[in-house]
Amino acid sequence: MKHIFSALWGDKDVELVVGQLLRYGVVTASVVALTGGIMYLLLHGSGPVPQYGNFIGEGAGYTTFNGIFKGALALNATEVIQLGVLILIATPILRVIFSLLAFILEKDKLYIFITLIVLCVIMTSIFGGLKV
Amino acid sequence: MILLLGSYLAGLLGSLTGLGGGVVVIPLLTLVFGVDIRYAIGAALLASIATSSGAATAYVKEGITNIRLGMFLEIATTIGAVIGALLAVYTPVNIIAIMFGSVLIFSAAMTLRKKNQDALTEGSKLSYLLKLNGSYPTKDGVVNYKLKNIGAGFSIMTVAGVISGLLGIGSGALKVLAMDTAMRIPFKVSTTTSNFMIGVTAAASAVVYLQRGYMDPGIGFPVILGVLAGAFTGSKLLARINPQTLRIIFCVAIVFVALQMIYNGIQHKF
Repeated sequence: MKHIFSALWGDKDVELVVGQLLRYGVVTASVVALTGGIMYLLLHGSGPVPQYGNFIGEGAGYTTFNGIFKGALALNATEVIQLGVLILIATPILRVIFSLLAFILEKDKLYIFITLIVLCVIMTSIFGGLKV
Repeated sequence: MILLLGSYLAGLLGSLTGLGGGVVVIPLLTLVFGVDIRYAIGAALLASIATSSGAATAYVKEGITNIRLGMFLEIATTIGAVIGALLAVYTPVNIIAIMFGSVLIFSAAMTLRKKNQDALTEGSKLSYLLKLNGSYPTKDGVVNYKLKNIGAGFSIMTVAGVISGLLGIGSGALKVLAMDTAMRIPFKVSTTTSNFMIGVTAAASAVVYLQRGYMDPGIGFPVILGVLAGAFTGSKLLARINPQTLRIIFCVAIVFVALQMIYNGIQHKF
């Protein structure tokens, strides 16, 4: 019984770190998005509202990692917002990676395997060229 | 500016009712602002991630979330989410609108139904094999619970994943259904674990949507900020007011919204 409890405590410490991580991720994402948003409004705020009723899709500058990073470094408003979006998407993925580390620490082979499957699915959707 | 306020309300309502932000964001954008439903889905995915990550910080401290269970079921939901996101390209928008309306009605019905409070004392063989049984703290001490029907739960989760990839919502209602009704997990555990999974599931399909250009910065930033602020206020308010009455009012409202979406879908107004 005792070793079960110690395992639980280990779990909880990792969970606390993960909780912090989630909070920082969300805060960073919103700060970045807010910065971009203000820049965006300064540029386009006085103009007419874009026609969102027609779907056109976004250019490569907004949709590829390279495009977003380059644009954000050049301080383009829209790319800064998309960077915030990227950070937001990355937070839950980071959480999965942290859980993987936790399972490795616990030497729980079954769950190391299960977590790896989940990570693989996510990675496939990122790099798998699913851009249809 | 209005979008920011609207998203704030969406986040507030989403966290108060436990439906999540995405459910409110899509009808708001499409019906009120006339935004194309594909942009709305992209924004809703972001809203789902934001509410999930925002709320999870509160839950993990209490140690209710069953991480092993969540991770195991995420195999089903992430695969489903990627399939759903891929299907979304080939599905006509009016069909998506009709599906969304149906899911909304279903979610509304789910929030009103009786919740499973009892902990099972005898689990199935697979639940021991996968180490899915757990315990959670309550006022009267630690409650142990066991699981059954893991196969059924896993399949419903795949469907939940496809829907969330296709419609951009967390489909928390379906996830809770799988865990509550099929696997007999106590309500508290299933709600928090489903919340944990929504973020990961939404992230899996969000990457596909982002790369396909369904996420517009002009819509994205007010939605993220609004939903986050709303979810934050919601979690503070939740401690003070009784959400039950609010929930019923909201469910009636959402059924109307759902019917509107279905009607527009049939009339090809998207």
